Formats: sequence, C-alpha cells, structure tokens
Amino acid sequence: MFGLSARDTRFLLIVIALTLLTPILLQPFPEGSSLAQFNAGYPDLMQKFAIFGIFAIGFNILFGLTGYLSFGHAAFLGVGSYTVVWMYKLLGYNVLPGLLLSVVISAAFALLIGFISLRRSGIYFSILTLAFAQMSYNLAYSVLTPITNGETGLQVYASDPQILAGSGAPTSPHLFGLVMRNSAQVDLGGWVFTFNVGYYFCAVMAILAFYISLRIFRSPFGMMLRAIKTNQTRMNYTGLNSRPYTLAAFVISGMYAGLAGGLLAAMDPLAGAERMQWTASGEVVLMTILGGAGTLMGPVLGAGFIKYFENIFSKINDGILHGWFAFLPDGLEDFIVACFHPFVGKGWHLTLGILFMLVVIFLPGGLVEGMQRIWRLVRRRKSGGPKRKDPEHRPTAAPHMAE
Amino acid sequence: MGILEVKGVNKRFGGLQALGDVNLSVAENTVHAIIGPNGAGKSTLLNCLVGKLIPDTGSVMFDGQSVLGRKPHEINQLGISRVFQTPEIFGDLTVLENVLIPCFAKRDGAFRMHAFETVAHERDIVARAEQMLDDVNMLDKAGMQASSLSRGDKRRLEMAMCLVQEPKLLLLDEPTAGMARADTNNTIDLLKDIKATRNITMAIIEHDMHVVFSLADRITVLAQGTPLVEDVPEKIKGHPKVQEAYLGQAH
Amino acid sequence: MDAIILQILNGLDKGSAYALIALGLTLIFGTLGVVNFAHGALFMIGAFCAVTMQRLLSLSYEEIDPTRTDFLGNPLKVEVPYVEHWFGPDLGGAIVDWSVPLGILLAIPVMIGLGFAMERGLIKHFYKRPHADQILVTFGLAIVLQEIIKYFFGANPIQTGAPSAFSGSFDFGTLLGFDPNVIIYPYWRMVYFLFSLVIIGGVFAFLQFTTFGMVVRAGMADRETVGLLGIDIDRRFTLMFGLAAAVAGLAGVMYTPILAPNYHMGMDFLVLSFVVVVVGGMGSLPGAVLAGFLLGILQSFASMNEVKSLIPGIDQVIIYLVAIVILLTRPRGLMGRKGVMED
Repeated sequence: MFGLSARDTRFLLIVIALTLLTPILLQPFPEGSSLAQFNAGYPDLMQKFAIFGIFAIGFNILFGLTGYLSFGHAAFLGVGSYTVVWMYKLLGYNVLPGLLLSVVISAAFALLIGFISLRRSGIYFSILTLAFAQMSYNLAYSVLTPITNGETGLQVYASDPQILAGSGAPTSPHLFGLVMRNSAQVDLGGWVFTFNVGYYFCAVMAILAFYISLRIFRSPFGMMLRAIKTNQTRMNYTGLNSRPYTLAAFVISGMYAGLAGGLLAAMDPLAGAERMQWTASGEVVLMTILGGAGTLMGPVLGAGFIKYFENIFSKINDGILHGWFAFLPDGLEDFIVACFHPFVGKGWHLTLGILFMLVVIFLPGGLVEGMQRIWRLVRRRKSGGPKRKDPEHRPTAAPHMAE
Repeated sequence: MGILEVKGVNKRFGGLQALGDVNLSVAENTVHAIIGPNGAGKSTLLNCLVGKLIPDTGSVMFDGQSVLGRKPHEINQLGISRVFQTPEIFGDLTVLENVLIPCFAKRDGAFRMHAFETVAHERDIVARAEQMLDDVNMLDKAGMQASSLSRGDKRRLEMAMCLVQEPKLLLLDEPTAGMARADTNNTIDLLKDIKATRNITMAIIEHDMHVVFSLADRITVLAQGTPLVEDVPEKIKGHPKVQEAYLGQAH
Repeated sequence: MDAIILQILNGLDKGSAYALIALGLTLIFGTLGVVNFAHGALFMIGAFCAVTMQRLLSLSYEEIDPTRTDFLGNPLKVEVPYVEHWFGPDLGGAIVDWSVPLGILLAIPVMIGLGFAMERGLIKHFYKRPHADQILVTFGLAIVLQEIIKYFFGANPIQTGAPSAFSGSFDFGTLLGFDPNVIIYPYWRMVYFLFSLVIIGGVFAFLQFTTFGMVVRAGMADRETVGLLGIDIDRRFTLMFGLAAAVAGLAGVMYTPILAPNYHMGMDFLVLSFVVVVVGGMGSLPGAVLAGFLLGILQSFASMNEVKSLIPGIDQVIIYLVAIVILLTRPRGLMGRKGVMED
C-alpha cells in the first residue's frame, strides 16, 4: 500500500495512529492528580511536537543520510514564518497560501545557500551554513527591518490590506474557516482531553512529511545519499555526480524547515528574528542526534523529547521536588532536593546538555539505538539465549591517532 | 587504433618530471599491464587517465573522445571503471546495495531525482545486481554490511561493482597490493575468470610480476616517467633494459 | 585619516580577542585534529575567573565605624573587605581595585586543569571519530559548561571594572599631530591589545624555541611520522590542550572590563572565532592571528557611518561575507597549508 512494502505500511499506519491519538496518549494522568503536571496533551505543546518533528525529519534527510552537518537550518525556519505572516498581512488569515509560498521561498533560499555551501564539505560546510544563517539573522534585525519588523517581530495590524479576507472571515489563522486555535474538550471522568484544530492540521502535515521521508529513505535517491555519506570517492568513480544529490537533499530539508517555520506562524501569527539564530539551528541538530540520525523515527522522537523537557521538565521547581520526597526524613529530603535542584526547572538545559553528551559518547545511534538494544536484550532474555551484552559496541577508548 | 590512446603526455610536479612523453595504446579486448619500479610514474599516469590529474601536455583519447578536463564521474560514464589499491566500497551499505548503485549509475546517468520510487520495485536492476553477485560467488553475502567483509571479499565486491557497469575499459591499480599470497591467487583467478568469460579490456598497473605475467597480453615497462619497452610478456621477461631498470632500482 | 586610525584602533581589541581564541582553536585543531566547539566556553570561564577573583577579594565583614553615623544617629555599619583588614586600606584597596588582572593568577591553574580534564576525560576518546562527532560532543560540553556558570552566577551580565589607573582614555591623536580629542582610545583596550601581543608572542616563542614546541610543531606538520619516532606525543598534546585552554581563559579574564561577562558570551565569540580560523587557514597559527586582527579591524571599519550609508547592514554581515568569499575562492584560507581538511 502507498507504494511501500508490507512492513513499512504497517510502520506508517502505526505512526499515523499514534499521531492522531496523541491528545489522548499524552494525557495519561487524571486532572488534579499530583502527576497531572506531566501531562503533555495541551494544544500548544502538541503543535510544537508536530512542527519540530517536521523540522527534524527534514534535517535528517540532509544530515542523517548524507552526513553534511548544517548549522544554519534555522534560517529557513525563519523565512517560512515571515512568509506566512506576510501572507496574512496581504491576503488574509487563511494559512494555505502562506504555507505553500513558505515552502517555495525556502526552497529557493535553500537552493541558493546550498549551491554555494556545498562547494565545500566537512567542517567548512558547517561554517558556511552557519555564516549564511548568522547573516540572515543579523540582517533581519537591522537593514531588513521593513520586512521583518526587527526586534518587535512581524505581526498583523488592523491597517493591513488583507485583500482576500471577507467581512465574516475569522480574525485568527484558519484553513477555509477551520480556526486553528479552536479546540473541543472532552471530559471523561477526571481525564480532560483537548482536541485542537491546529494540532490536527499540524499532525496531518507531519504525517505527510513523514510519509515523504519514508519514500525518500527507501528510494534509489535515498540510497545514493547514504552512499555519499559512506564513500564519495567511490561514488564519483561509479559515474555519479554527488553535488546535485547533496543539493537536492539540502533543498528538500530546507523546504521541510520552511514548512515547519510556516506552521509555527500558522499556529501563532507572529514571526521574530530569534527563530533564525544559530542556537535554533543547534536545537534541531540536538533533536536529530538525540533521537538517532539516519533513522526514520529518531528525529521525531528527539524533537518530542526536547520539547517535552523544555515545557514540562522546566516547570519542576523545589516545591514540587519537596512534594515528591516528603516521605524521607527532613535532612535527607533537603539533601536530595538540593541534588536535583540544578538539573530541573531553569536548569533543564544542563540536563539536556549532559544527556546529549552521553548520547554522542555512548549511543551514537541515539534513542532509537537505545530502544533497539533494550528490545534485543528483552527478546534474548525471553528466548533464553545467551545473556551477554552486545560485544562490539562503540566506543571503546580509541587508540591515539599518533600511535 | 586502440580503445585508449595516450599521446605525448607530460606531467611535472615542481621540479620533478613525473611523466615524460608517455605514449601508450591499449587495444580492445586485451589485458595491458603497466609495470615499473617504485616512483616510475605508474600512479601519476593512472590518475591522468581517470581525471584526477590533468597532464601538462599531450592527449588522452578514450574511444574517440578526449578524457582531459573531464571529472571522474564523467569519465566513468564514458565507460572507464576503476579498481583501487585499497578497495573503495560503500562500507555502511549492504553488499547488494553496493552493486545496485553502479547499476543505477549505468542506467540513469550521473544524476537522477528518483526520490519517490522504491529500490525494491526496480526488479530488473535488483535481478541484475543479484546475478552479478552470483557470478562472483557472493550472493550468500548480499545482506551483509560491506564493511564487515574480509579484505579479499571487499576486493571481489569492488570488482563486481565495476563489472556490473560493463565498462569498455577496466583500470586496476595494483589489485593485489598488500594481499596475502592466498588472496593474491584468488584475485588472479578471479581476473582470469573475468578475462575468459567477458569481452573486456583491462589496464593493470602492477608491481607484482607474478600477477602481470599470468594475465597480461601486452606489457609496458615504465621507468622514470618514460615507457622503456612495450611487448608481449615472453619478450619482456628477458629484456635487458627491463632488468636494468629493476636492478638499477634495487640498490 | 584620523577616522581611519580611530577605526583601526577600535578594531584592535576585538581583533585581539578573536586572535587569542582562534590561536587556541588552531593549536587544538593542528595538534589533536579536533574541532573544539567548547573553546568559546573556555573563554567565558576565563572571564568568570575574573569575576570570581573580584568576589573573593571583595569578601567583607561588617564593622562599626565609630566616626560616622547613619540617618538615625546610630553608629554606621560598614563593609570592610578582608584584604583591607589584612593589608591596610591602601594596599588592600589597591588589591581589590586590581582584581581583574589578579584574576590571571586564578585563571592559569583553573584553565590548565580544566584543559587537562577535558582532554583526558573526553576529547581523547574522539580522536578517531568523525569531525561531526567531535563538533557534537564539544557542542554538548559547551552547553553544560555554560549552564553550570549560569547556575552559579546567574543569567545577567556582571560588571567588572578595570583598575582605576586604566579607567580613562588616552588621547592618541595628539601624539600623531592631530587635534586633541579626535582619536581617543581607552587605556584598558590598549592594555588588552598589548596583553594579547605578549601572549601571542609567548606562544610563538614557546613553539619556536623549546624542544617541546619543536615536537609539537613537527606533530602538527606530520602527526604519524612523529608518532613513529617513538616520541610520546600524547602527553605533549594533552599539555598543548591545557595551554590552548589557558590562552582562551586569559583572553577572557582581561576582556571583562570591555564586555561585562555573561554566560553565553562564549558562544557569541565562538562562532566568530571559527570564522576567523577558517579565514586564517585551518591549522595555521600565524593565519589565525592575522585573520583575527584583520577581521576585527574590518568589522570596525564596516560600522563607520560613511560605510553603512553606502552599503546598509554591512557592519552586521561583513565577517561572514569575508568568510564565504575566502572559503569559496581560497579554501585553504589566507595562510593555510595544503591538504589540511581539504576536499
């Protein structure tokens, strides 16, 4: 089905089911319970899961397959957002024209940057993309203020033309009258589920994005990209020109980033230059690596993981910690709370940094590899096979290069 | 008129004359070996043939077209495949995928945006790749990751990747360098087998006399960047100039 | 003419910081072959060494000053730094005043120790891994380091003043025969520039005239051969990492009066320093220094009003623009050797 093998079809269907059921699955704890703060089933966060999932899926097509590490993908995210808000200002709040245009413009932008940056590889490529993104960011803050509205950020004003908006059109982003911020709440004996239009719109986009990436992974084109990552010399001596392949991958991932940026503005009609800063580019790198670069689900998992941490973990404060450890004797309780304190709340970036380092050092395949290892371990236990751990796993202390 | 015609090629690196007025003609369906002591310019010559280096003067014609100024992938598309000293394969990919890629390159050219098809649906190409793997007795390893193969199998795989393109000319750069005797013999057998079963032109750059004399139809001896003699193997063996070149090198 | 001299002077201090960071980056890259994304964080930690020193020296106790009273007529409580108590108000006051330069005393052991720990504990395991992995793990480390600093020092910039002896400006123009107050240059920036020259000179002299430096330079030129000679290059490279960390740290210490340190200053400088390294030529020490000063000066020229009105926004992008042009036309950079990470 869908031009996929039976196994991939099953995989895709599971992903679709999980995505559509997210508002329920992420709300496992009843309202008012002490664990309710871990619920992530509210629209704002779920939209971010889907949007940054798209961003990371696209980034993975470039980095995961070809190995070209871009540190400038946030530029496309910003371009997408600005495009959509401009379409709001000129045409009206319907998100469709803006989103279509954001993909087109970011593709053109990526074509230009990619064409130049891909003349170099390795660290030089990373620096070139970084330089381009920083240039875009600096310009967005300075001379391009007429287009970007500088530090205030671009937004819609009552005086904007909005030529396509009829008199009865919604006054916030919508898709042919389906208003993004509208939600239906279902109260089921203590559990409250929120079904948000915006989330489902993003979810459909994310599923589409995932499906396309799945097709790319299984295509000859995807195979060529992986070949570029492993041996460019052989690639060239096999009669293949690696430049157009990497450029195509770069443009595709730029389009994904543009779509993600557009969706950000489709959920919240605002666009600011900070979206283009290199820290935002770094974030998508973190997501992809954390989840597992080069795997299909990894980037999505990574994006979800980081956004969940950012929104939930960062809310844990000392009061909540004291609540958890209240059963301990006072001195011990204070001690444990003090131990946890630097890592939660505002310190969640520290946790993220440590986690990221651990993943890069011990688990180069990311969370996906981790889960696979656990899965293999469990299966081996069940089948009663030998219980030894995987023997070959990296990294053992590498011998020094100067030996 | 051979399929590969090298005429008056010169190449200098700074003050060093790496190639001096090299003329070479490789006839179709023959195995032509280029031998010579270390530093004779064998590798430089090879790199001029595949587009990695551009000679200062002279011409390199392949099948009626000049290869000078063309990039490696363009030269491959003309019909020249190359086997490297250390096997260059796609280590992270499976053995089958390694052979699929040249198949696609042969059919689709240097670039095609086939992003929405599935590899498995390209039945013709998969069948061809599997046939090729069968020919080199590696079909049972099709699903293995290429980097986990033994050195000899990597060489075999690389050969398969080149042969599946049905090149008009196969260039081999010291195909047995650094190999154990058993692997060397295996490789010689493989090359003999290829020579016997396929109409193929091969140019071998080699150091090892054993390999050369058991395979080549014609041999060119290179010394200090210039061809010394060119003849059939029997004549080369006892040629005084050749002995001089090799013995002169020995001390 | 005076405007040009002024811009050159203005570019010097920033250029000095770029040059010092880029020098360390290049040392690490040249010797260890590692792309260190945490180098900016080392610069930042150096700056916070100065902050720490200042705080340590300002540690005070309360004392009742019988000669003064507060507005209620009670005896006034004043904070007296311990150093003033120990060394008397004159010497003690001077010590507090000089806390930024004294920060160097703290920074040297801290940075060298940190450098050793980083190299032995982490970087060592990444020599054989791809550059992308090195970038990623050091990027992670940079986040961790900066978050630790944020935890202890907060997110806001901390003003740290230069010794009062250097607080004014020097009228440079009068020296050259211009009118007074046309070319004025803060003393501390001049100190920073001279300081950076001393450090750069020191590093070069160290590499040029010591056996240790000779081995390191040989290692930079051809790692494998030096390894084959049976020289224990490992230990020397570890020391080199410590040295590079110390250079970055010292650059940070002395920069605090110019820019109030905050926890993310390292990242801001890192991005630019990488551009500097690339422009100078990956693996070339003189290239890094030259490019650092050049780009610093170029940046200050681009922020002149005359230039900005000609090409709007040029001041924001000039460095990146230069980097892009250099990378495309001369991938080796200004002074890079052939074959260093070239493809």
